[in-house]
Amino acid sequence: MNSVDFLQWVRGPAFDAAVVIFVLGVIFRLFGILMLGKKPDLAEPRGGEWGPGLRTVLSRSLPDRGTFRREPVTVVAGYVFHIGFFITLFLSAPHIELFHAWFGLRWPALPTPLVDASAVITLLALVFLLAYRLANPVRRFLSGFEDYFVWGVTLLPVLTGYLAYHHLRLPYHALLALHILAVELLLVAFPFTHLMHTFTLFVARWYNGAASGRRGVVS
Amino acid sequence: MPVETTLADSLCAHGISRRGFLKFCTMLASLMALPPSAVPAVAAALEKAKRPSVIWLSFQECTGCTESLTRSAAPTIESLIFNVVSLDYHHTLQAASGEGAEAARHQAMQENWGKYLCVVDGSIPIGNPGYSTIAGVANADMLRETAEGAAAVVAVGSCAAFGGLPYADPNPTGAVPVSELVTDKPIVNVSGCPPIPVVISGVLAHFLIFGGIPELDTLGRPRVFYGQTIHDRCYRRPFYDKGLFARSFDDEGAKRGWCLYTLGCKGPMTYNACATAKWNQGTSFPIEAGHGCIGCSQPNFWDAGGFYQPLSLPTGAVTQTAAYAAAAGAAAGLAAGALYRRHKHARQAVHESVTVDDLEKPDKS
Ligand code: SF4
Repeated sequence: MNSVDFLQWVRGPAFDAAVVIFVLGVIFRLFGILMLGKKPDLAEPRGGEWGPGLRTVLSRSLPDRGTFRREPVTVVAGYVFHIGFFITLFLSAPHIELFHAWFGLRWPALPTPLVDASAVITLLALVFLLAYRLANPVRRFLSGFEDYFVWGVTLLPVLTGYLAYHHLRLPYHALLALHILAVELLLVAFPFTHLMHTFTLFVARWYNGAASGRRGVVS
Repeated sequence: MPVETTLADSLCAHGISRRGFLKFCTMLASLMALPPSAVPAVAAALEKAKRPSVIWLSFQECTGCTESLTRSAAPTIESLIFNVVSLDYHHTLQAASGEGAEAARHQAMQENWGKYLCVVDGSIPIGNPGYSTIAGVANADMLRETAEGAAAVVAVGSCAAFGGLPYADPNPTGAVPVSELVTDKPIVNVSGCPPIPVVISGVLAHFLIFGGIPELDTLGRPRVFYGQTIHDRCYRRPFYDKGLFARSFDDEGAKRGWCLYTLGCKGPMTYNACATAKWNQGTSFPIEAGHGCIGCSQPNFWDAGGFYQPLSLPTGAVTQTAAYAAAAGAAAGLAAGALYRRHKHARQAVHESVTVDDLEKPDKS
């Protein structure tokens, strides 16, 4: 198999397989979680659920002061990584083409140099966070294989995408193939690792907020 | 056959001026990435070169490759260089046919055993040899027989080089490229659908000048012509780099000549000299005419996803597959949840309530 065949393979059967695993896995897990259900709460509600639930989704998405003071680096680098990753994923022209082909939706792209810069910042934030994790014995003790694995499968798509865009080291089609392969790895790993937080975190925040709201307490 | 005639004599006989000849040599030298100082050497070598015998075999092909070489508005010097090689056998161009033609092939083979060039266009059906025969001889047999005494085999066009259109899914004739049948001779793949005329003649010129085949890439193509992608040399590249893409073939971007990547241009994965050598006597190349590259010099380009589908898009019908996967995931999730609930309720049903009194009673047993 030469690199062009390889590109055809990752664009074709491999991509289909990765998408099937991703969609099937994520939906399976979400339905499984939702099916756990909630015990009927017989106590009289002291407040609404939706309002406090949504408020908690928002309030827990913002850093609270105490955490920020204790761990400013984690908070800032974490935000930088997430925002950079989303800009790179959703606002670069080639990716928008992809979403357009799938969902028929198109939105304006950011100028390439900005997307480029956000990719670099994302990479730097990821590398920095790894170093930060390793530098501290407690954080290192708390980290297992999955943490490093997830870090790796998140870094690879950004790195290979950056290299492909700039045609660095390898021919474009080989890099493009590696980029797509890296994305496929990420998709496959997604439902089985704590990458799932992408889908569960808002539900979880809402759940906590709603439960507190019902009891009439601030979450 | 006056094999002793040199190329210079023949060109002269065809009324090619020395100036025209040198122009061709300059172009050839630049195409072969030789320094300008090499032009006189190229010219001298070409002038002295003996007319090599060429046997041209056409198998499952559309004659586009021969057309590319011979059918130009004005006769080009590269087509003339072809006229001056001793083209001893060419199905399409020779007057003789059937057994007479085959006799000419055998004679040329005998006279130039070990020295002639075997040029092939078209793929070879091995599913059933009857799909394509010449004078009752199956293509595969004719190729093996002719290649045996050849100095080298030149697979002209993507069909001969990689299988091309006949090889495309579902390959009804069981077509194979030359390289699957000929394994003991140097093979030069001059891919393209069709290949650029000057690249075909460039390979022949290389054979004449250096007496051998040029340096090849991993796909057996001469590096000098196939060393860079279309994208590497594309004049629309600055637009690509700035992220300016045409979205349809007649939008503002297309009119301004922006990059055609989003319209399916395969330039980034295609190795060929179109962007530099160009077509129709150097007039333009497809991207200059406003159409993306379709990647015709790459293996399996017919099956490489739609011509109008951006290179970065997956080739399968992912949306549909994903919808099925989502339905399956939901069903599996519901089933797992239901199982869990059943288990929970079953456990609850057998659960015995315990009261304080129970706890205080002495052991039942
Ligand atoms: S038109 Fe094609 S070859 Fe030219 S820059 Fe755009 S993608 Fe590359």
